[in-house]
Amino acid sequence: MSDGELAIPFRQRAGSALKDAFLQEALTIATTKFIDLRREAFEDFPEGEALRDRARAIKEATRQRLDHYLEALIANIERLGGHVHYAKTSEEARAIVVDIARRTGARMAVKSKSMATEEIHLNEALEHAGITPVETDLGEYIIQLAHERPSHIIAPAIHKTKGQVADLFGREFKRRVEADPEVLTKIARDELREKFLQADLGITGANFAVADTGTVVLVTNEGNGRMVTSLPRVHVAVMGVEKVVPSLTDLMVFLAILAKSATGQKLSVYTTLVRGPRRAEELEGPDEFHLVLLDNGRIAQLGGPLREALSCLRCGACLNVCPVYQQIGGHAYGYTYPGPIGILLTAMLEGPRSVRDLAHASSLCGACADACPVRIDIPRMLIALRREVDEKKIAPWVERVAFTLLARLLTRPALYRLAARSGRVLQRPFASEGTISRLPVFLNDWTRTRDLPAVAARTFQERWAAEQGRTQ
Amino acid sequence: MTGRGRASLMVTCLADLFFPEVGMAIVRLLRRLGVVVDVPPSQTCCGLPLFNSGYHAEAAAVARRTVALFKDSEHVVVPSGSCAWMIKHEYPGLLTETGLAREARDVAARTHEFSQFLVRVLGVTEFTSAVPGRVTYHDSCHLLRGLHESQSPRTLLDSLRGAEFVALPGADECCGFGGSFAVRLPEVSSQILAKKLANVEATGAGCLVACDAGCLMQMSGGLKRRKARMRALHLAELLDGSRP
Repeated sequence: MSDGELAIPFRQRAGSALKDAFLQEALTIATTKFIDLRREAFEDFPEGEALRDRARAIKEATRQRLDHYLEALIANIERLGGHVHYAKTSEEARAIVVDIARRTGARMAVKSKSMATEEIHLNEALEHAGITPVETDLGEYIIQLAHERPSHIIAPAIHKTKGQVADLFGREFKRRVEADPEVLTKIARDELREKFLQADLGITGANFAVADTGTVVLVTNEGNGRMVTSLPRVHVAVMGVEKVVPSLTDLMVFLAILAKSATGQKLSVYTTLVRGPRRAEELEGPDEFHLVLLDNGRIAQLGGPLREALSCLRCGACLNVCPVYQQIGGHAYGYTYPGPIGILLTAMLEGPRSVRDLAHASSLCGACADACPVRIDIPRMLIALRREVDEKKIAPWVERVAFTLLARLLTRPALYRLAARSGRVLQRPFASEGTISRLPVFLNDWTRTRDLPAVAARTFQERWAAEQGRTQ
Repeated sequence: MTGRGRASLMVTCLADLFFPEVGMAIVRLLRRLGVVVDVPPSQTCCGLPLFNSGYHAEAAAVARRTVALFKDSEHVVVPSGSCAWMIKHEYPGLLTETGLAREARDVAARTHEFSQFLVRVLGVTEFTSAVPGRVTYHDSCHLLRGLHESQSPRTLLDSLRGAEFVALPGADECCGFGGSFAVRLPEVSSQILAKKLANVEATGAGCLVACDAGCLMQMSGGLKRRKARMRALHLAELLDGSRP
């Protein structure tokens, strides 16, 4: 999202999303479907719970010795004839990819779906350097045509209905297009076929990289990932440093739960294992292979309060079950990664100031932590972020004063009782039959849509004290 | 019936100020079951609103008071899953480096959400409904996912005489309350509530039951605004009509 859009307060961005009828329709259909599919997948898979624990433990242990596993990964990829680059920032990562493109004389790059390249805003940088990026995942292709950003980690165009996609294709290709997913897919396929053959550069993300074999792993469904990694002369994979796993045995644990959590599939349609560039005896594959290891704030969090978020597999399950995401979709969050996990990743990548309001974009219902394949305790870290936002005085001062006063009230029973009595007096103009339907100014934030119970004529403790007085 | 021991009621701020009838219902119910009930004086709140908004030093000060009030209680009974979760889950951590660390752990171990106290401590499950007809149940998030309790309230409702318990589609989905969330993002909170109430209305129940004053404030507020005939009640109010 542009800085201009981020200047609009989060509450207002969310409010606009609530009023977008197309978005509401698309979100309801998609999140309901994903939730059902995930539930069914795990119902048929009794060993799933133990594998989730195992996956969580592997991520934790890998994080403890991340330097060791990264060194092994680098050594193994170089042994296979590949190149590994380390990017401390988004800017460095963009420069590395653009350099590779320039050096190899690339004019067009085909891409498979990658959140890491979204994170570093790679497409803009490529365009700026005169290289045309072409997204080849259907959802990414749609939003590239629409000049938008993904609104979901695995389903980037989840916010669009098929009718909207048909209109978009109709405008783009200047023909009448039926709102039928099969027709739409066929059109994209025809358009993309030529691009795959023309492109000099293939750019992917990576779901995992296996340290002891130097294997980069892509989990995809459309086959485009295979085309991107095998047809162009050069393949560049961009991957967050936390995605390394020690061994192929560990990889199997993640593969067993990733697709089930994401789309409810037992496995994704394609699991692509890439080991360096094409070898002499091989018929296909790139002449050059590069892995860009992206830090961008991750290393600094290895020992930080958000480190658990580095276990994220980017499956999107926490988005689907989040009551806030279900209502507002991904764009309203304003950053690359939406939803509950996205708030944590945004804080990691952009700093605590960026999540002043987002840290509160959760009812802390815990559905995210329950759905997370590696059981990331997202609510706990959201609370930790709120604390950081308060303690660094990023939170509005009015709020900080209000909570300080509340704390006084709750530690001094005489003040608490006084507040109850004052409430009863102050509510008189607004209360009727124990209910308040309308309150002035900001207090109206509750009563605009909901009644509020009035402070009781006698609180429980007043009634109890009266009863005890009578019996003594 | 006698000899069921003693229990201290932690009434919680929301029940004290807005739903005193919930506290009264619990007292009557427990007494009928032979429990000697006391209410330690000068209670305020468990501190969850401060904790959830990130004011942890302030929440710890509230926790210290609560632990001191209940440190000699045999059992602490709490009408809200969220407050029970706060005491059981967060107090020990908040008070680790204070002189009250041990007491905090002890109080946490002896604290029970109301339905859990009936079913898991007292072992009583047979009640008669205060309200006839169909009733349905909403899982409060902290009771369900914080305390991992979905069964106790359902056990009580399943064996309830004089009422028919029907399942609520999406019972485990949040009602949109979330404490300060409800007023920080009132539009989002209200739309989450609308989805919840649509599910509730589809059950055809005349009474919606929950075990958390926060959810009840949100859902009854929505029902009243819609002029719905359905009532939202705390489980204790529903069970209070009975003679076990």
